[in-house]
Amino acid sequence: MAARLIELPRPRGPLSEQLFEALAGSVQTGIAPPGAVESADPIADDDLQLALYVAYELHYAAIDGVDEEWEWSPSLIAFRRALEEPFEEAVAELVQPAETGELASVGGALQQIVAEDPGPPLSRYLETQGTREQMLEHVVHRSAYQLKEADPHSWAIPRLSPRPKAAMLEVQFDEYGGGSAERMHSALFAKTMAGLGLDPEYGAYLDRWPGVTLATVNLLTGFGLHRRRRGAAVGHLAAFEMTSSIPNRRYGNALRRLGYDREVTHFYDEHVEADAVHENIAAWDLAGGLAADEPDVAADILFGARALLQVEARWASHLMDAWEGGGSSLRAPVAPVPA
Amino acid sequence: MATPQSAGSPAASITPYPDGPYLVRGDFVVTDQEGNEMPNQRRTIALCRCGKSRMRPFCDGTHKLIGFKAPGEQEKWPRD
Repeated sequence: MAARLIELPRPRGPLSEQLFEALAGSVQTGIAPPGAVESADPIADDDLQLALYVAYELHYAAIDGVDEEWEWSPSLIAFRRALEEPFEEAVAELVQPAETGELASVGGALQQIVAEDPGPPLSRYLETQGTREQMLEHVVHRSAYQLKEADPHSWAIPRLSPRPKAAMLEVQFDEYGGGSAERMHSALFAKTMAGLGLDPEYGAYLDRWPGVTLATVNLLTGFGLHRRRRGAAVGHLAAFEMTSSIPNRRYGNALRRLGYDREVTHFYDEHVEADAVHENIAAWDLAGGLAADEPDVAADILFGARALLQVEARWASHLMDAWEGGGSSLRAPVAPVPA
Repeated sequence: MATPQSAGSPAASITPYPDGPYLVRGDFVVTDQEGNEMPNQRRTIALCRCGKSRMRPFCDGTHKLIGFKAPGEQEKWPRD
C-alpha cells in the first residue's frame, strides 16, 4: 500500500470553503482566522467537522495540491483552534464530570462507565435484521477511523510515563499487526472493504461521511494531538477496547448472515479475540497506570471514555434514525456492487 | 500487574484481571489434550475465566454480559 494521499473534498459551507481555498494557495499567504464560529450543533455540523477533519488530516496524509508546510503553519493552527473550541465545548456539555469516588479506581470506574453505554443497540440491530446496504454503509462510516486504526492514539505514546507507555505499546503492537503489515488492523479492514465491493483507498469516502461521523474521528485526533489531553486519549482507547469485542462479534455475525465468508469477516473475528485481551490491559495497566503516576489526569481519563461513548451514541443514533426513515445514513448512498 | 519483566523475567506469566480473563504473556504454547498447538498469533492472550466464552479456552468478552466478578489478585483462602 502506498503512502496516504487524499484529494481535497467538496466544501460544505463557509468554514470548509475558506480552508480549502487557502490550502490550495500559498502557505506564505496563510489563512485568516474564521471569526466567530457559530454552530447550533457542533458535533453534527457538516461544515465545521469537515474543516476540522481536513485541518487534522495534514498530520496524517498528503493532500493533493497542498503544500506539506501547511501542517505547522501558525495561521492554520489558529484557524483549527477556532474550530476545536466549540466542538470541545459541545462534547463537554454531554459528559458528566467524574466523581471523587471514581478516581480511586479508574479501572473499575471504566468498567462501570462502559456498562452504562448510552448508545442505541446498533450492533444488535445489524446482527439480527440489518440489510446488506445498511451493513455496507456501516463499513463506509467506520472506514473514516478503521483505515487509520490505532494511529490517533499513538500520538499519545511519547507523553506517557513508563508503565502506561509500556501498556499502550502492548496494545498498539497488536493493532499494528504484531510486526506483520498484512495483519495490521487497518489492512484487515481494507480487505473487508474490498471483499464487500467497497473502495479500500484511504479517504475514498470523505465526501460521503456526514459531520457526526467525522466528529468521531476528530474527537480522538484532538485528544491525540494535544499533550494536555493525554488522559482523555488513554480513556478513549480504554473505552474503545472495552466496547469492542461484543459488537464486533455481532458485526461478524451480520456479515455471515448476509452470506459473506471469512475473508470478509476476518477483521471482525480478529477484533473479538484481540480486544478481549486489549480491554484489560487498557483499563487496568494503561488507564490505571496513568492515573497512579499522574493523579491529576485521572478525571480526564474518565472524560475521554465518556466522551467516546456520547459521540458514538450520537453517531449510532444518526444511522438508526436514517435507516428507520428508509434513507441513507451517508451524504450520498454508495452504489451497491452485486454480491 | 505482574509482567514477565517485573517478576524477575520468568519464561511466562499468568495474571488474573479484575472481573475479566487471565492474561498470559511470555514464552508459552496453548495445546489441546493431544498436545496439538492451538493457533494464536498474538504475544499476549486472554484465557476465559468466567466459563461462558464462545471460543474457549480464549476470552471473547462475554464476562461483561453476565456480570462476572472476580478479583485481580489471589482470593483469600481459607476465608475468615
